[in-house]
Amino acid sequence: MLRLLADLHVHTCLSPCADDSMTPRAVVETALGRGLSLIAICDHNSAENVEAAVLAAECLPLSVLPGIEITTAEEVHVLGIFESCQSALAIQEIVYKHLTPGRNDERLFGRQSVVDQYDRVTFENKRLLIGATDLPIDHIVESIHDLGGLVIAAHIQRERFGLLYQLGFVPDSLSLDAVELTSKTTLQEVGDRFGCSLEFPVIYDSDAHFREDIGKLATEFAVLAPTLSEITMALRGAEGRQIINAAIEHPQNG
Amino acid sequence: MRLSYIVEELGLEVCTRDCELDCEVRGCYVSDILSDVMANSDEGYLWLTIHIHPNITAVAQFKALAGVIVVNGRNPQPETLKKADEHRIPILTTKLASFEVAGRLYALGLRCSREC
Repeated sequence: MLRLLADLHVHTCLSPCADDSMTPRAVVETALGRGLSLIAICDHNSAENVEAAVLAAECLPLSVLPGIEITTAEEVHVLGIFESCQSALAIQEIVYKHLTPGRNDERLFGRQSVVDQYDRVTFENKRLLIGATDLPIDHIVESIHDLGGLVIAAHIQRERFGLLYQLGFVPDSLSLDAVELTSKTTLQEVGDRFGCSLEFPVIYDSDAHFREDIGKLATEFAVLAPTLSEITMALRGAEGRQIINAAIEHPQNG
Repeated sequence: MRLSYIVEELGLEVCTRDCELDCEVRGCYVSDILSDVMANSDEGYLWLTIHIHPNITAVAQFKALAGVIVVNGRNPQPETLKKADEHRIPILTTKLASFEVAGRLYALGLRCSREC
């Protein structure tokens, strides 16, 4: 069994609120330098930079999974992580059909650069990626699962856009594969704060919008390979795969 | 209706420094879903919310709102006020809840012309 360090929530310069220096190749190189073996690219309501990141990591000892961070109608952030770029682009098509209408104002919200694998800006995405879809969370969860993706409720400890803050508690009907924490708190502490008991696999990610934050928090998995199916098994504790150590902090960021 | 008149009538606290209180308020919108405010509020509207995050300033600017009333005695984050100061967006606070504030604004004659 392999022990690997994964940060499954990293943005690129496509996210309006992410730094312009977060180009796919720069993200890949920084992730490698931080000792990560696996990252997932999850931009807000778009997956237009995932392929560039996957290609930028080719022949390097880093695996990149295509993902997306979808804003549901309730303004809950949900990560969908996929094996193939095609699946990520398929969910993106659904998201685009249901996104808040309007054009991005980059002076207010930031640039949304679509970049190729050599970090050349191809074009600026003009959609209102900072907005939300009009699709309820259960619909989003189902759509991600239908496309073979992993569903993770993002940064559930946070006030803005966290599942617990927006909805008060986790609805029974919601089949999440894991919940994510992006600060060094525990699921128990979060549950106590919101007055509910939470029983989900927990991963820790950086939710990096800036290069210095990549891998700041990460999760150590025991798996056979850095693939989506292996991570899925680890979340379920199946056949020896497991989460070994959540909340690994990168020493540089203390 | 002038914003300064509303501030006076409702006893709102003005949290931003160089904001424009002399502007005309055309209506009011109440919501805590930011994307909903982006979709359904209108220019010159006052926005009632419990949010204290800096994003409220960007939304107010995006929709050219007259100002934001933060309810329930919540204190806007320092970064929110800094951004609001920079862009001259009035951020007002009150100990009252949204329902109460909305009711008083309605009684003063403000309306929301939006029908979805």
